Amino acid sequence: MSALLPPARRVWWKEPLDRVELAWILIAFAWSAILFFMMPYWHVFGKQNLSNEAYRISAEEFTKRTQTMVDKYTVRTETDEKIPVVHPPEGSDVYLIARLWQWWPLLELENGKSYRLHLSALDYQHGFSLQPSNINLQVVPGYEMVITVTPNQAGSYSIVCNEYCGIGHHKMVSRLYVK
Amino acid sequence: MNDSRNFRIDTPTGLQYHRDAELLIKANAFFGVVFLLIGGVLALLVSLTRWPSVHLLPADWFYLTLTAHGLDMLVFWIIFFEIAVLYFCSSTLLRCRLATPRIAWLGFALMLIGAVTTNVAIFRGDSSVMMTSYVPMGAHPSFYLGLILFAVGALIGCFVFLGTLVVAKNDKTYEGSLPLVTFGALTASIIAIFTIASGAIILIPTFLWSIGYIHQIDPLMYRTIWWAFGHSSQQINVAAHVSVWYAIAAIVFGAKPMSEKVSRTAFLLYIAFLQLASAHHLLSDPGLSSEWKIFNTSYFMYFAVLASMVHGLTVPGAIEVAQRKKGYTKGLYEWLRRAPWSNPVFSGMFISLIGFGFLGGISGVMMGTEQLNMIIHNTIYVPGHFHATVVIGTTLAFMSLTYFLIPSLFRREVWLPGVAKWQPYVFGFGMYAFALVMMGAGTLGVPRRHWDMSFAGTALPHEFPGSAYLMMGLVGISGVLAVIGGGMYILVTVGSLLFGRKVESSTFAQKGTPIPRAPVAATIGGHHGGAGFAAPGTFTLAIVFLVAFVLYYFINWKYLSTVWGIS
Ligand code: HEM
Ligand SMILES: [Cu+2]
Ligand SMILES: [Cu+2]
Repeated sequence: MSALLPPARRVWWKEPLDRVELAWILIAFAWSAILFFMMPYWHVFGKQNLSNEAYRISAEEFTKRTQTMVDKYTVRTETDEKIPVVHPPEGSDVYLIARLWQWWPLLELENGKSYRLHLSALDYQHGFSLQPSNINLQVVPGYEMVITVTPNQAGSYSIVCNEYCGIGHHKMVSRLYVK
Repeated sequence: MNDSRNFRIDTPTGLQYHRDAELLIKANAFFGVVFLLIGGVLALLVSLTRWPSVHLLPADWFYLTLTAHGLDMLVFWIIFFEIAVLYFCSSTLLRCRLATPRIAWLGFALMLIGAVTTNVAIFRGDSSVMMTSYVPMGAHPSFYLGLILFAVGALIGCFVFLGTLVVAKNDKTYEGSLPLVTFGALTASIIAIFTIASGAIILIPTFLWSIGYIHQIDPLMYRTIWWAFGHSSQQINVAAHVSVWYAIAAIVFGAKPMSEKVSRTAFLLYIAFLQLASAHHLLSDPGLSSEWKIFNTSYFMYFAVLASMVHGLTVPGAIEVAQRKKGYTKGLYEWLRRAPWSNPVFSGMFISLIGFGFLGGISGVMMGTEQLNMIIHNTIYVPGHFHATVVIGTTLAFMSLTYFLIPSLFRREVWLPGVAKWQPYVFGFGMYAFALVMMGAGTLGVPRRHWDMSFAGTALPHEFPGSAYLMMGLVGISGVLAVIGGGMYILVTVGSLLFGRKVESSTFAQKGTPIPRAPVAATIGGHHGGAGFAAPGTFTLAIVFLVAFVLYYFINWKYLSTVWGIS
């Protein structure tokens, strides 16, 4: 029962390695290096990277900016609640509020065009989950995350909340249209 | 103190139990199993709710139950059992008295009071905040208070463990270096001390905030420090269950580590490179730079991954070497075919090892990659991953060890050995299936911690594809299967204590006898020599693992490249 007993040889650190172990350590090390390499590589050559541009922002300020965008670019409203559908121009700043238990407003983007999407939460933490693409981001109150998104397929997408945010969590779902 | 029954020597195994240590190991293991039982009942309820066509609980009860399941399992079951493992690896393996038993009992009491307090807070209904309790969502103050008490108790346990190592050194109960298993436990306890300190740093202010003393807690800071606690504690689990694997390989096969140097260095890597692994829970968060994320997930994480890959080879490698010595040398796999598959101590450990590596390890590295995290963050893929690590890896390893401890520590024959024989298979393969289909559902976008994937009653519901519903149905079915396997474990362990035949094979002594020096000659030559290729079967298994790893990893990059451009 030797792993349960002190090493038989006092100077165990001088025992030579078996080739099996040595080979595997080298392989595992090389693989770890590749794992590391892939992340910076993708930052340079990949098209899906978080910019990690972020600011501290208050709920009031974020609401105000979102309202300004809504006032300017609303094209219609949807649902009984009359949620505005916003169709902002290419390249503009697009705001999306996460709050208990709603995404606000509805966004309508154009395929192949880029937008600066700003995400923030007004109360608890929420999870931005774009379906069916399955792009998922944490939305944290007090922080505004900015990413440039470029839709690559037209259609109707859903935004699901996938960070638990209280009893209405499973009702927090919305749409995003790409024309 | 000068009692002639201070030490009990268990004849079949030769283990020497100091009386205080023995009682404490029993008490901690027993309450661990109690929380496993509670957590298991809750697991059944949660699984039956996530099974779309059953959808058992109402929403508020689902969230309450899920909060309790997470904490009772991940924190209370695992840590109670780990404290038992720490005392076993120090006092029992080193044949010395336990340092400061009274203080150890104090730690135990704090843990128990803390665990009960938090459970009461949750079941009152105003603390359904999930185990992560992300601010600014608040729980009842006693929710945090219970966790703090529990943490202090566990911290005391770690220090008693360290104290016991000092006792052994001073009393010269062993010569040379610590046994590998004790060394592994030592790494676990060192990581635990760091971890619990992080936990205190974040939970104490959160408690003060919950009673209105502190005005505000920054949610991002909370996430960073909470995960320094939450993630590192997973590394305690890994260090602990890897130690248990080594222990079982030694118990069942008399296997000795292929090389002490390699195995110990791998444990040291856990300590050295874990500390900011919390980063990989924050990969899709705002406000942190990519450099910080990459540095902390790769430089730190991948050395820990490397360490686990090394243990993943050396544990079965040690078994292979021991088996080959016994003459099972035919082909690549006779040593494995002829292993004692009907002994749950072995089968559980081996199912744990394979599942941890293939399911938990590979998925974990995928998730922990900065950009890939975006395609699974907060989906049910995440619980799929960690049920493979903490249930298949840690829980099943601890279960296997229990079958050894029942006769040796609790002095009972295993009751219903037929049930015990099948238990690791039902539980283990149930969990394999469960983890896999959860990962499948997560890949299709199903969110975690979510009561209703059909979004009934909302104005703009999302329609998940039929395959996602199929996967979640399978989550329910395999979850029930795993719960049955868990129930078999409880049946056998509790049944053995109540109805198992007494094992009367102990002698008593006033003092432990020091560990004799192992004869050096026995280990010279043989498989050591540096030029051999002692475990070819294990090596081919490892290569299969690597191929699976590489394929799966790059498939995910391929998928990522097809989604929207994000920059
Ligand atoms: C009998 C076996 C088990 C089954 C069937 C089971 C089932 C589940 C299910 C269905 C979920 C909910 C996933 C979600 O909706 O997000 C869950 C969550 C979880 N389980 Fe288990 N579980 C089992 C055992 C365990 C064990 C042994 C542990 C820990 C050692 C554990 C730790 C957790 C944790 C930490 C969560 C996450 C809670 C949260 O999101 O806050 N489970 N489990
Ligand atoms: Cu939400
Ligand atoms: Cu939510």
